[in-house]
Amino acid sequence: MSSTMIGVDVGGTFTDVFVLDEATGQARVAKVPTTRPDQSGGFLDGIGQQVSDLSSVAVVVHGTTAGTNALLERKGAKIGVITTEGLRDVLEMRRRDRPRTWGLRGDFLPIVPRDLRLEVPERTLADGTIRTAVDLDAVRNAAQALLDKGCLAVAILFANSYANPENEAKAVAAVREIWPNPHVSASSEILPEIREYERFSTTALNAYLQPEVSGYLNRLENALKGDGFDGEFMIVQSNGGVMAVDTACRLPVRTALSGPAAGVIAAGYIAQTAGFPDVITGDMGGTSFDVSLIAGGQSMLSPQTSIDFGMVVRTPMIEITTIGAGGGSIAWVDKGGLLNIGPESAGSNPGPVAYGLGNTRPTVTDANVVLGRIDPDNPIGGKLERLDVEAASRAIDDHVGGPLGLSTTEAAEAILTVANSRMAGAIRLVSIERGYDPKRFAFMPFGGGGALHTGALIDDVGLARAIVPRYPGVTSAMGCVIADMRQDFVQTINAMVDQLDEGALAAFLQDHVKRGHALLDAARTKFDARDVVVELDMAYLGQTHTVAVPLEVTITDGTVTPPTRAQIAAAFDAAYDATYGRLLKNGVRRVMNLRTAVIGRRPKFDLTTLAPQGGDVEAARKGSRRVHFGKAWHDTAIYDRLALPVGAEIAGPAILEQPDTTVLVDPGLKATVDQYGNTIIERVEA
Amino acid sequence: MTDIDPITLAVLAGRMEQIADEMDATLFRAAFNPIIAEAHDASHGLYHAASGDTLVQGKSGLPIFVGVMSFAVKAVINKVAEAGDLADGDIFIFNDAHLGGTHLSDMRLVRPYFRDGQLFCYLASVGHWHDVGGAVPGNYNPAATDAFAEAFVLPPVRLARKGEINQDIIDILMRNTRLPQSAQGDLNGQLGALDLGVRRMDELLDEYGADTVRAALDALGGRAEQLMRAELTDLPDGRWEATDYLDNDGITDAPLPIKVALEIRGDRMVLDFEGTAPRCAGPVNIAYPTAVATAYVAIKHIFPALPANAGVMRPIDVKIPEGSLLSAEFPAPVGGYTETILRMIDVIFSAMAQAAPDRVVANAYGTINALSIAGKRKNGQPWVMFSFYGGGHGGTPEGDGLNHGNAPISTATIPPMEILEAAYPVMFRQWALRPDSAGAGAHRGGLGATYEIEVLEDNGAEAFLFGERGRFAPQGVAGGGASAMNVFSYEQADGWHHPPMASKMRGIKLAQGQAVRLETPGGGGYGAPGTRDPAAVARDVALGFLSPEKATETYGPAWQEIAQ
Repeated sequence: MSSTMIGVDVGGTFTDVFVLDEATGQARVAKVPTTRPDQSGGFLDGIGQQVSDLSSVAVVVHGTTAGTNALLERKGAKIGVITTEGLRDVLEMRRRDRPRTWGLRGDFLPIVPRDLRLEVPERTLADGTIRTAVDLDAVRNAAQALLDKGCLAVAILFANSYANPENEAKAVAAVREIWPNPHVSASSEILPEIREYERFSTTALNAYLQPEVSGYLNRLENALKGDGFDGEFMIVQSNGGVMAVDTACRLPVRTALSGPAAGVIAAGYIAQTAGFPDVITGDMGGTSFDVSLIAGGQSMLSPQTSIDFGMVVRTPMIEITTIGAGGGSIAWVDKGGLLNIGPESAGSNPGPVAYGLGNTRPTVTDANVVLGRIDPDNPIGGKLERLDVEAASRAIDDHVGGPLGLSTTEAAEAILTVANSRMAGAIRLVSIERGYDPKRFAFMPFGGGGALHTGALIDDVGLARAIVPRYPGVTSAMGCVIADMRQDFVQTINAMVDQLDEGALAAFLQDHVKRGHALLDAARTKFDARDVVVELDMAYLGQTHTVAVPLEVTITDGTVTPPTRAQIAAAFDAAYDATYGRLLKNGVRRVMNLRTAVIGRRPKFDLTTLAPQGGDVEAARKGSRRVHFGKAWHDTAIYDRLALPVGAEIAGPAILEQPDTTVLVDPGLKATVDQYGNTIIERVEA
Repeated sequence: MTDIDPITLAVLAGRMEQIADEMDATLFRAAFNPIIAEAHDASHGLYHAASGDTLVQGKSGLPIFVGVMSFAVKAVINKVAEAGDLADGDIFIFNDAHLGGTHLSDMRLVRPYFRDGQLFCYLASVGHWHDVGGAVPGNYNPAATDAFAEAFVLPPVRLARKGEINQDIIDILMRNTRLPQSAQGDLNGQLGALDLGVRRMDELLDEYGADTVRAALDALGGRAEQLMRAELTDLPDGRWEATDYLDNDGITDAPLPIKVALEIRGDRMVLDFEGTAPRCAGPVNIAYPTAVATAYVAIKHIFPALPANAGVMRPIDVKIPEGSLLSAEFPAPVGGYTETILRMIDVIFSAMAQAAPDRVVANAYGTINALSIAGKRKNGQPWVMFSFYGGGHGGTPEGDGLNHGNAPISTATIPPMEILEAAYPVMFRQWALRPDSAGAGAHRGGLGATYEIEVLEDNGAEAFLFGERGRFAPQGVAGGGASAMNVFSYEQADGWHHPPMASKMRGIKLAQGQAVRLETPGGGGYGAPGTRDPAAVARDVALGFLSPEKATETYGPAWQEIAQ
């Protein structure tokens, strides 16, 4: 019986592979360069490094940035739109916003140009009444015209189709009869939720991604099968759950934040297992610092995001807050003499000055190099022989030290202080905005540079501790193996609670449950349990911001017991009171949307299998080098992190190195290796 | 003054900005009315204890408030100076626009912040309430000839004394609004934001000490001033003028000039509005604080990296002539202030374009088009659909202007059509870009929009519009052309009509099945149209943004060869 599970996360620079043998509990990792433009090369190469016989593999789960990149780089397919008469410009008009508050600069190019957005006679009103029946001849002509112009996919976007999909469904059926491929996206199928711009945008972006993403996933699946793979191939969604590959080909827009979501799922699992259910993750990349909050083991979901200005995707996704403070963020002094970090970034190419690839303006990484925190002789990533410390020092003198009258080390410390302060600000904001005190949270860095900054963040935010996972560089790949299977459904209801049609609500819910279970049934994966999570978006009449109201629903053998008006009213009062601390006298309660998540809980693996076997602190010591902390250079011990045994305790200042990560233990802190191989960094008790 | 090191200063700058941002976030989440919750028509900040000058302001509030809030704080400072009885825990509330700027819908709360028994600074919160009494629901009354016809007027009074809320004040407020529930929700949100500000200031001062934070605030003001002076020094010396016009004041159909002379000498600038029309009868007057704040908004659009503090304005002298419609005395009506300040921004851009064409963009569409459609349903229940509509942004030195953007004084988004159709008995026949509406240029303006709204209710409805740019089009800069003007039409049994006052009208009766149509201006063009890439013209024709006739008339025939 095949028992190997493989998680593959394809990032911008590296493709990470995490292989778990369920029978032995053994885990192996591989890291290979990401191949472009076709990521499947690196994908298969990475698996091949660890697994020779794919027939022994039960599951391959993939976290992919193929969708994200296609959106950011505008490299989706040529697509067309068929829409209601009078509304062809909705996609281009957005919600009447602008890219930046100040300056009035910046244009917007919609992903579908105006001449490929065709109108047809049809109109449904907000109450679902059909005012004008759809003209199917016009629909067929429009579809043919789009095909003649070379469109590879089409989106059908009709007004108020969330309230009554009849016109849209007829049009979709007519288009599917003549469209030569499966790339036909309908707004009422993708997102039956009120708000035309958000629904149209999500649907159009789905169509835009469909040829590209489904082509890529099919290539991968065929290549895996060609190598003898006979297991199940699944894809991570932005909501942190996985879906079958055919669902992903149908709904590629749900992969928009696939990669980062898997990382947060793994972080939550690792932290909870290690005894810290409240954790804030920080992923520091070249251009940004991504923060996500997990409370009580649960990551937060946000209902929508903008991939770029005007590119709104409305599907539940793991909430990740991004600020422009990454390793490549540039430090500069403005005309008023104030030190700033970012938002401009040298990225990974040309990258920091120390890379010697042409950038001359100092970055956060350059400050770490100058202060000895990064080993210039063994750069991470293996692309470079040696880092140019002198060039980094000169850049810091020229652009920061000189203008502010600081020495090189003072200026480098200043850059880190301001960068750390911005990261600390992001951590404070994500926790405080949700009503949590950050002091009770642990911080978990992952990605290349995060573990260099943990001490400063513990200090600045007052966090209890940091937990560095054993393999911070492959967290997302590990998340692929851990993530549950999950399908989200939404339906706009738009009714006052006292006039709510309980039967109609239950019918929608029953449909969601049935479709969700069917997808779980079709999976070959075994599930430990199945859960259905039901929420209503509700508000008082007149209020626009809705509150997510969790609803306890009894489901017996797949059959829903209809929730009553009284139950819904009580659930709303409880959720509203918890959010705002008071209820509104005589307020009229309204149900806006029904949201259902059907979740298949996948078996979790035992993290102790990742722990080091044996080892010895002294043997793990590689030597020492001078590292600057605060106002002085310290002779700092360097350890091979992976060779440290369970229970090892290292007092700062120290540096723990592993191939893709440097863990900095500041003076006054200590690092302990726990039973799972995580490094826990805490204050030394006075 | 304590000297402060540059690192602590950079850190404190971020921390204090975050306090104001958190106050914004607190109100947006708690507010009841969508004008605050969705359109973010609100703002929070920290203000100087003696002068009321802006020290730090949140980044997510409405742009116009960035300059205007310090006047609200000054009004409170003036009031307490007379009696000398300011105490920790006091909270002041008022909406008087002649003291605090903007219009009467904006409710301002000002709270002194004490440290060790000493006044350290003021915290303030402003938010646009949904209704504050007056003759017209929602308070956009195009026929108002004084403040009393616009709303009830509340001067600065103590809502709380030494931490004790005075319920009598709340009772008066709630009796004077058509939407007391909404107002109570917004008031609670504003009080919550101020509470949060006090807690965060306590934490910050515990951590860094009052002297260090005070030194940082002083230093930040100084650096903002230095930054502004450096920007001005980079610009050429000289004097440039620009004039534009408001259509009318809604009472008399006569144009009202808005004129600016912009003068730069070294590191100083003067904006002199001499030559602007005198105070008028209708509600396009503005109060002096609004005018000064508007100059700040224009400056910050030209130099977007400037911080939001008073230091920026020290090298700039804003001269507002007495007796002009830019410094109207109480009780002049000011409800339509948005139109007037948009025109002020337009003339500042047009004047600056002559000094430094690479620093500015062409005029945006220049009117908020406050349109309300109201009626009674079959069951007698009244309904009012009220919204602002979008238009094109100006062409820029880098490229074409943005299609269908929001006004430069605002960051508000438009409600979704489906939300409006679900809430009110209307149907949008069109929600579209408006062809041939962009100003021509090397970089053309963005397109305006066409909205056509049909009444579905048996009882019909009445429409009210408060708009501008019906007689004077948004201008281009650096040789760019003007955009199309605002056109409002309404359907009657005998066909389509236009209002006699162009874009302002009350009480238009509509029967079921009749519609109104709003065709909004695009943005002005940037640079001479003759230098536009013919391929870009051909693309605009292919996309239907530009008719072939207009294309050839404006840009010449070169595009036709490319279109072949």
